[in-house]
Amino acid sequence: MNRLVGAISAFCSVCFVLAGLWLGSANSPAFAASEAPHTGMQSWTFSGVFGHFDRAQLQRGYKVYQEVCSNCHGMRLLSFRNLGEAGGPEFSEAEVKAIAAGFQVVDGPNRDGEMFERDGKPSDRFVSPFKNDNEARSANNSALPPDLSVIGKARGLHREVPWYLAPFNWLQEIAAGYQEGGADYMFALLTGYAEAPSDFKLAEGMEYNKVFPGHQIAMPPPLSDEAVEYTDGTPQTVTQYARDLSAFFMWAADTKLEQRKQLGFRVMIYLLILTVLLYLAKRKLWSRVKH
Amino acid sequence: MSHESTYKPNSNFEKWMDERLPIIRMSAEISSFPTPRNLNYLWTFGGILTFCLVVQIVTGIILAMHYTPHVDYAFDSVQHIKRNVNFGWLLQGIHMVGGSMFFLAVFVHMFRGLYYGSYKAPREILWILGVVLLLLMMATAFMGYVLPWGQMSFWAATVITNLFSAIPLIGESIVQWLWGGFSVDNPTLNRFYALHFLLPFMIFGVVVLHIWALHVTGNNNPIGIDVKGKQDTLAFHPLYTLKDGFALAVFAILFAWFVFYAPDYLGHPDNYIQANPLQTPPHIVPEWYFLPFYAILRAIPSKLLGVIAMVSSILVLFILPWLDTSRVRSAKFRPLYRIFFWIFVVTCLGLGYLGAKPPEGNYLIFARLFTAYYFIHFLIVIPMLGLIERPKPTPNSISESVLGKSKGGGGQPDAVPAAPENR
Amino acid sequence: MASEIDETNRRDFLMIATGAFAAVGGAAALWPMIDQMNPDASALSLASVEVDLSPIEEGQAITVVWRGKPVFIRNRSKQEIDEAMATKVEDLPDPEARNAAISDDAPASDVNRTKKGKENWLVLVGICTHLGCIPKGQRIGDSKGEFGGWFCPCHGSHYDTSGRIRKGPAPRNLDVPPYEFISDSKIKIG
Repeated sequence: MNRLVGAISAFCSVCFVLAGLWLGSANSPAFAASEAPHTGMQSWTFSGVFGHFDRAQLQRGYKVYQEVCSNCHGMRLLSFRNLGEAGGPEFSEAEVKAIAAGFQVVDGPNRDGEMFERDGKPSDRFVSPFKNDNEARSANNSALPPDLSVIGKARGLHREVPWYLAPFNWLQEIAAGYQEGGADYMFALLTGYAEAPSDFKLAEGMEYNKVFPGHQIAMPPPLSDEAVEYTDGTPQTVTQYARDLSAFFMWAADTKLEQRKQLGFRVMIYLLILTVLLYLAKRKLWSRVKH
Repeated sequence: MSHESTYKPNSNFEKWMDERLPIIRMSAEISSFPTPRNLNYLWTFGGILTFCLVVQIVTGIILAMHYTPHVDYAFDSVQHIKRNVNFGWLLQGIHMVGGSMFFLAVFVHMFRGLYYGSYKAPREILWILGVVLLLLMMATAFMGYVLPWGQMSFWAATVITNLFSAIPLIGESIVQWLWGGFSVDNPTLNRFYALHFLLPFMIFGVVVLHIWALHVTGNNNPIGIDVKGKQDTLAFHPLYTLKDGFALAVFAILFAWFVFYAPDYLGHPDNYIQANPLQTPPHIVPEWYFLPFYAILRAIPSKLLGVIAMVSSILVLFILPWLDTSRVRSAKFRPLYRIFFWIFVVTCLGLGYLGAKPPEGNYLIFARLFTAYYFIHFLIVIPMLGLIERPKPTPNSISESVLGKSKGGGGQPDAVPAAPENR
Repeated sequence: MASEIDETNRRDFLMIATGAFAAVGGAAALWPMIDQMNPDASALSLASVEVDLSPIEEGQAITVVWRGKPVFIRNRSKQEIDEAMATKVEDLPDPEARNAAISDDAPASDVNRTKKGKENWLVLVGICTHLGCIPKGQRIGDSKGEFGGWFCPCHGSHYDTSGRIRKGPAPRNLDVPPYEFISDSKIKIG
């Protein structure tokens, strides 16, 4: 009986990991994008066990953030150097320096006790568009544009399933290592602007969005086709911008994602071997006693 | 079941040491501790829990080196740990997931105790120390959850501390005393940090008592009858250390899976929004391991009674050894209790599911039904069963049941019927 | 029975392999716990600092912070330079240059402790090589010690106008940090 349980749990853990590796590695059709409205799980390069970011996509995402979002939204937890670090957009050192130098950073006080502005350095944080929340509110019709540093993790998309399916839903999401709810949500939100239904009462200065809770959002549709120029031939559409931005936000919220998954794979292999060794050793030892 | 020490110092040094600090004797005693030979894998969770505690303390001390307990910096300092500190993302991930894994293991450990009657004489103190550990764990987990200072942290702190306001007359003063102000603010965060650092060491101390008590009474076992002699036991090391090690490795796979591939799955996205005292998130839910208790709290339509019910749901465990009137320990020989045990498991899982749902409509009806059964189970079913249930015959000894099983090879344990008095 | 099992398994390959494999994993798990105490990514990125030298008059000195340490920058007078140049390396307790920019065994002559063509600028890590106190001599009115450079009040170490130890318990000359002139009047330390 005990032997059986041991064998079963060893077998199960192997199966569990293998299932996860399979579910996690394949961009399986179950997660494929459904067109309009994009409220489902999307296919991302960074999902699953072997997930990694698409450098070009992150670079495009940064461009869109920089040209569009950063007019109202800060990303105070990021530093320019992050843009050049492994596992991110991986801009070259010179590019990072140039990006940083394009910003004026408040430093000081100097010898005269005055704060002064200087060119940004890679070690500087991203520059927020407003000095503080109140200024941000007053410039945006009293709505506060949230800081986007961890927005990729601060939002989620959860499937509502009947109670009897809930355990299977959890198991599936855990086995697939589903952590992309934030990106799914951002993508759905950015592509979710629409005309309000005729019977919907929209408040003054608000926009209708199919995904935003309550459907009324203060942010006007930020993206439009051809608004940001891509030099690599990627289509300049709202959908593509939204996709690139969502990926960029996911990276910004989880800059160690690639390191995590790479180290995780090695740890998993190690633990599997250790488990099998321990099982064999344990079985050998216990075969000599009645239990 | 304390036994005569069999340790003999092997060298002059060991002898010298033994007369001064018998620490070698102690470890020899622990490794040769007579353990029932029929323990199944559910008995490996004690070792797993010890592992969890050590992991939480080690990673916690490391995180404390980088964390800043101040309302203006707490959120950013956690992000700093995850972004800048070398391997900070790993250590923080282990600590965060570790809390959930700790509770997962402790729940299995507790249900094991409930199924096999491990709380019954002579293990009442062992069980009570376990309930104390559960309470300490809950307090520690709650205060730890406040430290990242996200929206869920803040509102969990607000809601849970407000539970004390249900106490008549002095409630408000107690809440202000807990807060150190008129709302959850910097003093609250600071003291929660200090206490979150302290409590794990108190847990460690109670764990020592828990294991001490275990070594006085000896392990319970799947058939729940007492060890009668040497033929019933095996030395703990290396048989059970290897078995525990194997189970721990399997557990570590699950643990590592969450750490590396789904670190935030068990958390809530709102906790990545910095605490905002002016805005409550639309759906506040506690961490999953508190959900059953949360469901009980919300099932009762009165503030004071809800709090009393929630607290009682744990306090009732303290008196469980005296509520159970059955003289048979293991559910293996208790056909009726076995059924009610599984009903109770479903009740707890159901409460957990409902704790995450809004308290309205059918959800509320079921939450009330489950809450009612939770207490009926302890206060009525368990006392009654001992009186009306006819237990199946128990084997005479552990060794007999082990040998009989391997000889017979059938599903029926060929046991000699024994009077309950002999158990 | 237990000791019997112990005996027969002690040399068992499977047991040894399992134990060794577990030990390797345990040792590997220690590294993150050790490495987390090393300077983090944000600290490493602040490793250089730029200093504008133009406001420093001859004979004056300023202290800037580099990696949390004080760095002395002195605009030396002609007399101070001459004194430093005249000192024979053989007379020094520590004959090595201690300059991050040149090899370790270079002699501690004054030219080896400054930049060519910028001999008036002396840049030093302002930490006494004895036990880490900060020597006096930066501010006007400070005691500059017997050799006109710096004097560490903690245990009485005297440094000369090239920052070299001349008297007292300090074993080494003050360190010259890595720095370069990025313009005529601006240096980058680190």
